[in-house]
Amino acid sequence: MAQLPDHLLKRAAEARAKAEGRPVDEILAEMKGESSPAPATASASGAPAPDAGSNSGSLRDLDAESTQYGIPKELLERAMFARARKDGTPVPAMAGAAAPAASATAAAPAAGPALAAVVSGPPPGVRTQRLLTVVQAGAIQGTTKEPADKVNVWPHLLAIEFVALLAMSAFLFILSAFMDAPLLEFANFNEQPNPSKAPWYFLGLQELLAYFDPQVAGVIIPGFGLAALAFIPYVDRNPSVRPSSRKFAISLFTVFFMGAAVLTIFGSFFRGPGFNFVFPWSDGIFFDDLLAILE
Amino acid sequence: MADGNGKTSVKSAAAGLGDHIRNSEVWTSIFRPGSPMRADYSDSPRNRAYVVMNNVLYHLHPVKVKRHGIKLSYTLCLGGLSFFLFILLTVTGIFLMFYYRPTSPQAYFDLQALATDVAFGQLVRNMHRWGAHIMVLTVFLHMTRVFYHGSYKPPREFNWIVGIILLLLTLLLSFTGYLLPWDQLALWAVTVGTNMAAYTPVFGAQVSFALIGGIQITADTLLRWYVLHVLFLPFIITIFMAVHFWRVRKDGGISGPL
Repeated sequence: MAQLPDHLLKRAAEARAKAEGRPVDEILAEMKGESSPAPATASASGAPAPDAGSNSGSLRDLDAESTQYGIPKELLERAMFARARKDGTPVPAMAGAAAPAASATAAAPAAGPALAAVVSGPPPGVRTQRLLTVVQAGAIQGTTKEPADKVNVWPHLLAIEFVALLAMSAFLFILSAFMDAPLLEFANFNEQPNPSKAPWYFLGLQELLAYFDPQVAGVIIPGFGLAALAFIPYVDRNPSVRPSSRKFAISLFTVFFMGAAVLTIFGSFFRGPGFNFVFPWSDGIFFDDLLAILE
Repeated sequence: MADGNGKTSVKSAAAGLGDHIRNSEVWTSIFRPGSPMRADYSDSPRNRAYVVMNNVLYHLHPVKVKRHGIKLSYTLCLGGLSFFLFILLTVTGIFLMFYYRPTSPQAYFDLQALATDVAFGQLVRNMHRWGAHIMVLTVFLHMTRVFYHGSYKPPREFNWIVGIILLLLTLLLSFTGYLLPWDQLALWAVTVGTNMAAYTPVFGAQVSFALIGGIQITADTLLRWYVLHVLFLPFIITIFMAVHFWRVRKDGGISGPL
């Protein structure tokens, strides 16, 4: 069994303590005790575990239980023996069966021939299956289930998403109510505005055109950039996702990200007529995408 | 239901009518068991699961997600907002299609008429345009968020590539829409943009020809980009979005924790 994280164990213990009205520490100790190999040694030395002891010590009247719960008596018996054999605890005494003291000391696998006749299935120690093959772990998709701290999507996530949708809708609505989308004069093939700029998300590339040959700036740099971006997962072999152990990857990405942002801002606000350098605060802004704000 | 004075109050009558409607066969046939819209809804773990499983939209989500994943500071809702903006752009775009002809010079005059003759025409056009700009931003920021969380690492490598394709398609959708107003801004921004594509090594001329449907931008380009913008690219991006969302689930849900 996978090791449960401490905080999950603690939460489960708290919930159980609340339900059963017992102290948290006691339940926590009990849960931790179960996952350790302690019970095996405890039953071997003859001292039954506290939980199992309360069961096996009492006298069970299977006839009464059978009528009370409407379960056939032989099923109750089988369940009792199976439980005893699985836990390695003594079989509880039955009303009208052997003396309680005798069965309480005997461990289940060695319970004697009288019990073996009652318990269905193969005798202890006999394996009814055989090993055909061993399948190596590790599939294409991660299918191992680690115990994870999870919450219900409804209401926790859907409520957040709904608020995010409303906020975005409200923001867009108010923006659109006060700011009109630009519509300049009718398209005129004979009159090129100065400067002519691409949409803002291409202005980083247009800025590169001012430094390099068009083939380099317009095709080769963005082409290689895009390819590099797509191949990140296959180049970055570092399995960690912790920022402290990915300093190089994060630095490199941040340099390129900031570079692209600076080029785009530069192309948007610091380029004027003839795509020459301007200071936006003294020469004016030549950026038609934001015409409505600037006017 | 009667008050002390023997009259039925409006409030109790409304409550009775509400109960009657919510218990009717029509209502219960629309809202499946476990829906919060049903009269018998109660907050239980079973019903919380049903709410997600029995709704076609919510069903994009699993029933449960990792606790750290719903923190606003983890995702900043960027992927979800990109998807929402896509839906918003589809709705406003369909509205605009009713009033727009992709020919010259009608396209430009239709946009002018939108501002003066159509109820809420200018508002919807503004929402479409600003929403498109914001979507480019949110998609881009979503990508950087995913990088900084290392969420592209195995087993999510392929979904990162699907994301890059979605970013490209978003840019193309925005760029094809840029020409449609058929004004000076549209014409010359697209001229500058497509001139860059013409510098593609070896087959630059062919790329440019296919892109603008001729040697230079004409009214034919307008029709071509209109079809790309309203049908072709939304069709392609929807397929890739479906793959993207499906792979998020198949690759183990939200990434992390860090």
